[in-house]
Amino acid sequence: MRTVATTKPARRSTLSEPVWVRWLLIGAALSFLGLFLLIPLAAVFVEAFRKGVGAYFAAFRDPAALAAIKLTLLVAAVAVPLNCVFGLAASWAIAKFNFIGKHLLITLIDLPFAVSPVISGLIYILLYGLNGWFGPWLAEHDIQIIFAVPGIVLATLFVTFPFVAREVIPLMQAQGAEDEEAAVTLGASGWQTFFRVTLPNVKWAVLYGVILCNARAMGEFGAVSVVSGHIRGKTNTLPLHVEILYNEYNFVAAFAAASLLAILALATLALKSFVEWRTHRTAPNPLEIPYEGGPLA
Amino acid sequence: MKIRFKQPSVLPGFGLTFGFTLFYLGLIVLLPLAALFWTSAGMGWSDFYSTVSSPRVVAAYRLSFGAAAVAACVNAVFGFIVAWSLVRYSFPGRRIVDAMVDLPFALPTAVSGIALTTIYSRNGWIGRLLEPLGIQAAFSPLGVTIALTFIGLPFVVRTLQPAFEDLDAETEEAAASLGASRWQTLRRVILPAVLPSLLTGFALAFARALGEYGSVVFISGNMPMRTEIAPLLIVSRLEQYDTVGATAIAAVMLTISFVILLAINLIQWRASKQSRIA
Repeated sequence: MRTVATTKPARRSTLSEPVWVRWLLIGAALSFLGLFLLIPLAAVFVEAFRKGVGAYFAAFRDPAALAAIKLTLLVAAVAVPLNCVFGLAASWAIAKFNFIGKHLLITLIDLPFAVSPVISGLIYILLYGLNGWFGPWLAEHDIQIIFAVPGIVLATLFVTFPFVAREVIPLMQAQGAEDEEAAVTLGASGWQTFFRVTLPNVKWAVLYGVILCNARAMGEFGAVSVVSGHIRGKTNTLPLHVEILYNEYNFVAAFAAASLLAILALATLALKSFVEWRTHRTAPNPLEIPYEGGPLA
Repeated sequence: MKIRFKQPSVLPGFGLTFGFTLFYLGLIVLLPLAALFWTSAGMGWSDFYSTVSSPRVVAAYRLSFGAAAVAACVNAVFGFIVAWSLVRYSFPGRRIVDAMVDLPFALPTAVSGIALTTIYSRNGWIGRLLEPLGIQAAFSPLGVTIALTFIGLPFVVRTLQPAFEDLDAETEEAAASLGASRWQTLRRVILPAVLPSLLTGFALAFARALGEYGSVVFISGNMPMRTEIAPLLIVSRLEQYDTVGATAIAAVMLTISFVILLAINLIQWRASKQSRIA
């Protein structure tokens, strides 16, 4: 990425700080970020390659590692499209129509961001666990959800639930319904209107939401850890695999697996910056910050 | 006049999309959350109280709240400086630094957890420097605070950046032309204007830190009464098949999260009301 000089006009001295204060502040900011962002990121790669390139790649020949990668991809492949369809449906209902209780609905969609990841897993145990609401019925019909792949998918769906919706809803609301009303009045069907008019207008917001949703789906740890049961080669996602290797003191393999997730994170940041640049989003809306375990207004 | 649930529109698809939204929301979010409150309500008050007031649980809540508060304060101070530098100054690499601020929520928490533990453990890059000073970072409450600072880092920066960008240069000019020093302008003009954003960022970072699990479990060492956070206690109760106990601890945490959510909404609502009047 190129560094672009800012186009801001030079401020008069009364409107800015003395040069030494400026550099002091920039220095403090960069030291803080270096300490908390750069060093941990560097540590992942340094530890992964500590015993050389051969040991690094050997970590991925472990069948358990391959199974973990496969499961992580599978979970994301199910969760991301489902939440994407939901996000588009919810946006259409909320942005194109006026109805009572709209604000409540938007608040409820954001709710999963206010829930701790551990609690996000726990609530599914209360529903589908052996002693849960549907536990006895599921056991009778020999269906396993908790400590199996369906539980992992459900917990992932919960933690990534709002991502696409909260990107697309505000944009669709800002765009209004005039374009669609014109299309329908001219004889287009509902689906034609959606695919030819609405979707092209919101495609970047959808992409933005999908990028964030995918990063979280592949990286989720707390919620998945509670429902997975940690069965090696069966219900271990990549983040859980990292934990197991680390707790076995197999640090090179743990950091090798972690480096894959770190590359995913860097790719996510790069893609995110690209979409922001394409759509001329200057700074992200703070209330759109997706995160684990805390409320979003 | 009859009050309609929905205003008429020529567009089709309301029934389908609204119905699907409610169904999916209910299935994935509302039903499971209801199960949590239903289960803890079924416990009875005395059972509930004795679970959440046992010394180990209280110690975990205290650590979670204390470390989250300290971490959010650190982030408030440094987040202010970072946001200010990114908005007001130009320096080489500014764009990359700006993009990197989001790393803590792009990086899976398990990865940040093991990375921080490695750095701050006794023979790690930073732990090695702290050891002669008699400071133990990993496997202590300090380690928990470091992890929570890491994961809360983007919030203050990202809430303050737009606030700094929206600041009117004219107000600052007016203050300067009326003889205010730069420091006075900062304290009397800039700080009050960005205070709602700063508070929102603080609350977001605090709330996030309160529920955090992945990045803390590795660095904390998980010693009961000393470095055990509340989410970890929920997990250990579940591992002992004490689902009800886990649910009680979780219900308290969830209620607090919702209260913080409400507080953030209130700050935002008041700030937007004020800016409309101004």
